[in-house]
Amino acid sequence: MTAAAGSSFINIGERTNVTGSAKFRKLIEADDYAAGLDIAREQVVNGAQIIDVNMDEGLLDSELAMTTFLNLIASEPDISRVPVMIDSSKWSVIEAGLKCVQGKGIVNSISLKEGEEPFFEQARKVLRYGAAVVVMAFDETGQAETAERKFAICERAYKLLTEKIGFPPEDIIFDPNIFAVATGIEEHNDYALAFIEATRLIKEKLPYTHVSGGVSNLSFAFRGNNKVREAMHSVFLYHAIQAGMDMGIVNAGQLAIYADIEPELRELVEDVVLNRRPDSTDRLLEAANRYHGQGGQKREEDLSWREAPVGERLTHALVKGIDAYIVEDTEEARQSVERPLHVIEGPLMDGMNVVGDLFGSGKMFLPQVVKSARVMKKAVAHLMPFMEQEKRELGLEHAPAAGTILLATVKGDVHDIGKNIVGVVLQCNNYEVIDLGVMVPSQKILETARERKVDVIGLSGLITPSLDEMCHVAAEMEREGFDIPLLIGGATTSQVHTAVKIDPNYNKGQTVYVPDASRAVGVTSNLLSETECENFVARVRQDYARVAEGHARGQKTKRRATLAVARRNKVPIDWAGYVPPKPSFTGTRLFADTDLGHLREFIDWTPFFSTWELKGQYPRILDDDKYGEAARGLFKDAQAMLDQIESEKWLKANGIVGFWPANMVGEDDIELYTNDDRKERRVLLHTLRQQMARDGGRANTALSDFIAPKETGLADYIGGFAVTTGIGEEPHLKRFEEAHDDYSKIMLKALADRLAEAFAEMMHQKVRTELWGYAPDEGLNSEEMIAEKYQGIRPAPGYPAQPDHTEKRTLFDLLDAEAKAGIILTESYAMWPGSAVSGLYFSHPKSHYFGVGKIERDQAADYARRKGWDLSEAERWLAPILNYNPRDVEKEVA
Amino acid sequence: MTRDERIAALKSEAEKRILVMDGAFGTMIQGYKLDEEAYRGERLKDWDQDLKGNNDLLVLTQPDVIHEIHDAYLEAGADIVETNTFNATSISQSDYGLESIAYELNLEAARLARHAADAWTKKTPEKPRFVAGAIGPTNRTASISPDVNDPGFRNVTFEALVEAYGEQTRGLIEGGCDALLIETVFDTLNAKAAGFSVQQVFEDIGFELPIMISGTITDLSGRNLSGQTPEAFWYSVRHLKPFSIGMNCSFGAEQLRPAVADLAQEADALISAYPNAGLPNELGEYDETPEEFAPKLEEWARNGLVNIVGGCCGTTPEHIRQLAHAVAKHPPRTLPETEYKMRLSGLEPFVHA
Repeated sequence: MTAAAGSSFINIGERTNVTGSAKFRKLIEADDYAAGLDIAREQVVNGAQIIDVNMDEGLLDSELAMTTFLNLIASEPDISRVPVMIDSSKWSVIEAGLKCVQGKGIVNSISLKEGEEPFFEQARKVLRYGAAVVVMAFDETGQAETAERKFAICERAYKLLTEKIGFPPEDIIFDPNIFAVATGIEEHNDYALAFIEATRLIKEKLPYTHVSGGVSNLSFAFRGNNKVREAMHSVFLYHAIQAGMDMGIVNAGQLAIYADIEPELRELVEDVVLNRRPDSTDRLLEAANRYHGQGGQKREEDLSWREAPVGERLTHALVKGIDAYIVEDTEEARQSVERPLHVIEGPLMDGMNVVGDLFGSGKMFLPQVVKSARVMKKAVAHLMPFMEQEKRELGLEHAPAAGTILLATVKGDVHDIGKNIVGVVLQCNNYEVIDLGVMVPSQKILETARERKVDVIGLSGLITPSLDEMCHVAAEMEREGFDIPLLIGGATTSQVHTAVKIDPNYNKGQTVYVPDASRAVGVTSNLLSETECENFVARVRQDYARVAEGHARGQKTKRRATLAVARRNKVPIDWAGYVPPKPSFTGTRLFADTDLGHLREFIDWTPFFSTWELKGQYPRILDDDKYGEAARGLFKDAQAMLDQIESEKWLKANGIVGFWPANMVGEDDIELYTNDDRKERRVLLHTLRQQMARDGGRANTALSDFIAPKETGLADYIGGFAVTTGIGEEPHLKRFEEAHDDYSKIMLKALADRLAEAFAEMMHQKVRTELWGYAPDEGLNSEEMIAEKYQGIRPAPGYPAQPDHTEKRTLFDLLDAEAKAGIILTESYAMWPGSAVSGLYFSHPKSHYFGVGKIERDQAADYARRKGWDLSEAERWLAPILNYNPRDVEKEVA
Repeated sequence: MTRDERIAALKSEAEKRILVMDGAFGTMIQGYKLDEEAYRGERLKDWDQDLKGNNDLLVLTQPDVIHEIHDAYLEAGADIVETNTFNATSISQSDYGLESIAYELNLEAARLARHAADAWTKKTPEKPRFVAGAIGPTNRTASISPDVNDPGFRNVTFEALVEAYGEQTRGLIEGGCDALLIETVFDTLNAKAAGFSVQQVFEDIGFELPIMISGTITDLSGRNLSGQTPEAFWYSVRHLKPFSIGMNCSFGAEQLRPAVADLAQEADALISAYPNAGLPNELGEYDETPEEFAPKLEEWARNGLVNIVGGCCGTTPEHIRQLAHAVAKHPPRTLPETEYKMRLSGLEPFVHA
């Protein structure tokens, strides 16, 4: 905003106008709408609050160009966040534009040029489409040139609009015509002043209306002399705004500041604009030559930051995540200070503090912060040898860290992307992080914590049995007398689980749930602060008491069904006349070393962004106001790494698929047979049934409902699969770790996970269309596939439709997945490598995904009997889904 | 009562108290476990496409079911029932090849709702009942491309929407509606087309009905699908001088509250709100009980946010009964004074003094 343009003055961007901008016209004529959009975007960035779009060019199909451009703008949130001014001298073009904008824009323009009839008709349409309107000071006899006539026309239009058709006066914008001055023709000399005078009258006598105009017309006589033109625009606006002009079509990026104009030039221009002396035009023309070739602010060079002092360069590199110069800059900084540590404590920490502030206030996003951390680590890596040397020479100790945090993914679980991110964020904030990696038994966690005197322990996990393991670690900490804080994080963890299940196990210290990496620093610094800790812990305790109470209350109000009732309300499938499709083979088939390039096409990107804490749907997230920039950068890096993964064969994709004759037996189990005569049972798969109280025709579903019951005599089948894309990732992860490149490490893990999901998706499609072949003609694009619009499902043990992880053992034995595909199950039934997916295949058209939700004690007991467990073992494996507390039940029984 | 009297009553009742709308249709219809044959009825028994799931068709093939549902909501205390016409435009019906019966669907749906409402007005004259003609968003978006690789593409035009909505509007008015409800607006341009169309019909027939408009929020950004904030949405439709503006569907009440509060602060129209029964569970079902649902909306009433309340997906007559009871003791929101300011919008609002 310029000084001339007061705070209530509205800048309307003028560059997307083919009559005013030759550059834009050429782009549109050449059909290069993408570049046209860039111009629109640039205007918004430069402060245009509304953008004017004009396609009035003889050679263009203006209606089509207007429609095309406005439709494209609608897909660019950083442009379409502002209102549009639809600008044309042809009503048909305006109407075409009005049909494309969901917001309320401005029509530019209508007038009394053709008389009252078309004026009314157009104004009524504007009202019905929902827009404000610019009315030109133009009537049946022509454009108004004097202040009196300008006002007279506007006053007439005002009365017609407000009195005859109820047009809201606040939505009327008058354009009393800005004409060129200093043209050498004497009558023109008063044009600017006439506009200013008319503006004053309009604002005084026509309440609530606005005044606007196309400012660049004014200086038409000085084309090619930007310095003079910019000065004329500024001076004109300065006076017109004082008279009440409150909108203007201007080039927001090119407006001189009134007070900055050289006094001599300003005086000459002011004489012209205000028509203060008869020779003002000649005087300005004469002076203009001196200013020729000046003006038009130059854009900053991309590398100009390299000229700043070294501290600022380091900050810039950290904030922008640029590592190209970090070693030379760090070295330069080192030579300017006494000790290498001073570089870390000084400029590098200053830079990271800026990053921290920006991140904390939501102005930077996680991928950017991780990149910053990469730059930081490179800088520190450069300094390390010097610090070691200094230590040796002086026997000095390392500067004490803000605190030491131990991080671990608990026993039985291999997922660690989130934990790694937390580690990076903490390190950036000067915490020492001891990362014990994945599948860490509680004993090792506690031993290390004691040995290294850590200040906080952080546990992470993704699969549901990890929740139990976390409870176990908490109980062990209590037993061994720990009192340090315990942080809980990971995809399946929650505040409720932490408050209700983990926290009660550990009374000597405080357990705190950390919803995402960005909170880790705040939580840790509070816990380790002498002044804040007490208050913080009190708040957490209060929250948890409230959450636990709410949870207990929630349990009571939800109506539940007994297992017997739930079984009577199973998914109603009419098996009579149903012919189960027969797979193309029974037994298993191995798909070793599948082409990664093919898998890429099946990637669902939305969860990838969510891994990086960028929430939103792909591809929309790429254009998101908030996350778009970060998401685009991340996506580009992901594609580049995928190219490498593919061409250099970093990863190996193995999958195995099987089909077996099967029927439902009992109520909730699926019997698999050794062969098609269905006499000999091979294994029994167990499923769990929903127990929420149902009405309104919804079933209490179990997976067994989708398989034909044995007594129907139908020859039904079930399938199973396990795929991985994680084989071979270890050396690359190690390589990144050694290069202090957490960004690439997390990226590779995230991509391997996505590829595994893509593999499962691809395989399922192959099963549907070919291997089982019940949907040979299925033609879905990948969006529909992600939306799961196909027949059949592939639920995985351990996920909502069958929350019991132990069923994975049966599946893996059936597939012989460990020996054949190289996918191992841990003692908690997590798959190794971690980038792996397994599940069952169901083909029935009515099969669908669902969540079992919570189960009651009657089902836990029944399930235990079917699995050959005692009740306590069932309650251990099903702990996360029990709708009762086994201990309470014991008390009741006792 | 004549339609003019009913419209006058609707306006005066709204000044006196918080009005209650009905709840979900889909959930109730599911309870009848209608099969393909039931959907087809005698009339369409040989139709060459599957019709099960075409709930709007039931006004022709199972009118008793629809009448019974209206009746259940009226019995529960609803002041306003919506016609069963969410998808009754020729555009949405083309999925079933039934675009030719769109007018008839709207006409019959309005008659059914009218009949049910009038019976209750007779029963409880102190509490007159009203029918709002439901105008859904259609299954297409006028300002979003369905093809990610071709952002300028549209699979429906403004003109096509105006035509389809015009047919729907004429059917609804002919069938006896007291108001028109442009609802579940996920793309504001669709709603603008509906409003354009409705006003065109008003001009043709020479009288007007109150227009009610209700948007929806589609993600946690608090915006609608086409990207507008609630305030921007209001500015985009304010020219229709709606009787009410509000929000429906979306997440549960908690997530919808900020959007309703934004509108309540800005809009010089009545505020309506009819959220879903909580967030859908993993199955896309709604678990929020009437006991959980009603107090949330009562809090809105207590804080003066609303004039019209009701329920969307997952709500039942029991939800509406408890809701009606809960809001009865609170006065309706009073309309704010608004200044003469130019209020424009892109995705975001823009107010010029």
